Amino acid sequence: MHFLGQFPQLIVYGLISGSIISLGAIGLSLTYGILNFANFSHGDVMAVGAFLALAVLGLAKGIGIPSHPIGPFSFGLSMVVALVAAMVLTAVVAIAIDRILYRRFRKSGPIVLLIASVGVAFVLRNIVQFIWSPLPSYYIKKIQISKKFLGIRMKPDEVFIILFAAGAALALHLFLTRTKMGKAMRATSDNAELAKVTGIDTERVVIWTWGIGAALAAAGGVMAGIEDKFITPELGWQLLLYIFAAVILGGIGSPYGAVLGGMIIGLSTEMSTGFIDTAYKPAVAFILLVIMLLFRPTGLIRSK
Amino acid sequence: METFVGYLNYFIFFAIQGSIFAILCLGLNIQWGYTGLFNIGIAGFYAVGAYTSALLCGPPPSSLDWRIVGGYELPFVVGLVGAMGVSGVLAFLIGIPTLKLKEDYLAIATIGIAEVIRLVLKNEAWLTNSVWGLKNLPSPLQGEIDGKISAFLASHPNFPHWLNDLISNGYNWFYLLIGLVLVAVLYLASERIIRSPWGRVLRAIREDEEVASVAGKDVFWFKMQSLVLGAMMMGLAGGLYAHFAKFIDAMSFEPMFGTFIIWVMLIAGGSGNSKGAILGAFVIWAVWAGTDFFTGHIQMAGYREGALRVLLIGVILEVVLLVRPQGILGEEKMVSKMYEERSAPGKKR
Repeated sequence: MHFLGQFPQLIVYGLISGSIISLGAIGLSLTYGILNFANFSHGDVMAVGAFLALAVLGLAKGIGIPSHPIGPFSFGLSMVVALVAAMVLTAVVAIAIDRILYRRFRKSGPIVLLIASVGVAFVLRNIVQFIWSPLPSYYIKKIQISKKFLGIRMKPDEVFIILFAAGAALALHLFLTRTKMGKAMRATSDNAELAKVTGIDTERVVIWTWGIGAALAAAGGVMAGIEDKFITPELGWQLLLYIFAAVILGGIGSPYGAVLGGMIIGLSTEMSTGFIDTAYKPAVAFILLVIMLLFRPTGLIRSK
Repeated sequence: METFVGYLNYFIFFAIQGSIFAILCLGLNIQWGYTGLFNIGIAGFYAVGAYTSALLCGPPPSSLDWRIVGGYELPFVVGLVGAMGVSGVLAFLIGIPTLKLKEDYLAIATIGIAEVIRLVLKNEAWLTNSVWGLKNLPSPLQGEIDGKISAFLASHPNFPHWLNDLISNGYNWFYLLIGLVLVAVLYLASERIIRSPWGRVLRAIREDEEVASVAGKDVFWFKMQSLVLGAMMMGLAGGLYAHFAKFIDAMSFEPMFGTFIIWVMLIAGGSGNSKGAILGAFVIWAVWAGTDFFTGHIQMAGYREGALRVLLIGVILEVVLLVRPQGILGEEKMVSKMYEERSAPGKKR
């Protein structure tokens, strides 16, 4: 009975964490599909985004952008500015890493890229730690009180997180289906050689892929910060397993699968807290991942 | 003279830890260097080995402990064998869902298992004593050797300070010997393996799985053996670490020290080459230890020091991958024993 009573509440928590995981998973799935390598630094890119937002937030306050709360939310205009700026800046960072490093490895095959990305993960995390220290940093120190609605506790900020993720997924869908670049990205993901032959500038596709993936990752990092109320340099590392589980569940290379996988991972890890220790949430994600590998390694949506 | 002995004692400590890293590297060399298995959960196998040996050989739980199991005070050798066994079984289990798939799935699964193990170490207090860790772990023959040393020193009261310091560190010399013997044995075994038909199959799988399977080799089974063998070596390193450090907790097996630095060591030394694995372990460990001296002279917060040093290790990895992807030594081209014998001078073909 205890669990049943908690059930609707856990679904809401699942949707919130599913939204954050999805934002990370979309980018990972895109780069996985198009560049054909598992980017182990993607989690840390999320952390970079979260901390760049923190930096911009400080700057925005300095130049007088209002930070008093908008409507029911705990954050003000400065946070919105910080979010957008962090998405753009993180995209620039990711593209720069690709130009400086990954591009040179593209001919050496996916495994060398994989090793390089593990190195990048540690470098990014420690740059963040060097600048901001390993201790928690805060966007807003004020605590928001959750509102009760039909017996479910929820904060306005959390509604914002879910709506933002849904909006981002929709925008990405329109981009992939309606624009030339979006179609070129899908073509490259399906078959890079064929795409090249048909005259698609695959290098530009690569740049766009990094940009979009990193911008969404940054948004995911910021959302995690808004939800948890604090950010640490370990934030990305802690999300990495969930994101990979989501990507594998959804099917590598499929952004829709990533959203689906993200939601499944978010919901099932939060539901699991109804009957097992919350500390084991990552283990639940891991077990789902292993089950998927055993029975349907191609993922729910599409095989690659 | 006294500072020299101080440095020498530090060097012994450095070399013991270095030989533990070398064993981890040799294990990874079997998996990655020989077979192309991408294991980024080394810390998991390392930790499981350490905890297994610690629980088998350590003291029973005290009234202050949370744990209720373990502490059988078994001999050191039993601990090491147990460590290898449990790490090997774990590798077998993780191999089942992943070894039939593309290599990056193994990478993801191993990162996952290492993380789950870390959670278990932190949360299952009945087994691991949680964040309080396992304490007072015994080192083999320490009582006997230290007893003899102090008796010897007591009978020679006129020794200068430095000689006293040197001799009282005698036990660490002994432990270093254990470490080096194990490194040597595993080195010889690794060399033997790669020169055997079995080793050639591993290399064939690394180069092209399909060709190996067309040649009638059970690719999955060979990969499994390589994964398990490498993991057993990592477990052994864990056991060796536990009885050297005498204290272990979940913090000792964070991804940086348990996994990442081992990869950098192997890549830098030269993967596929067991000499390279050992060389890389000591070189990168020297860089890590050396930067401690360096950053000690710059005024900055402790966390910045740590971050800067990890950053340096990360940069070294990228530079090696860009400039010299085969590592310092690179892989030997001809490893067949038959070939060496046939092409030896003075022999007719």
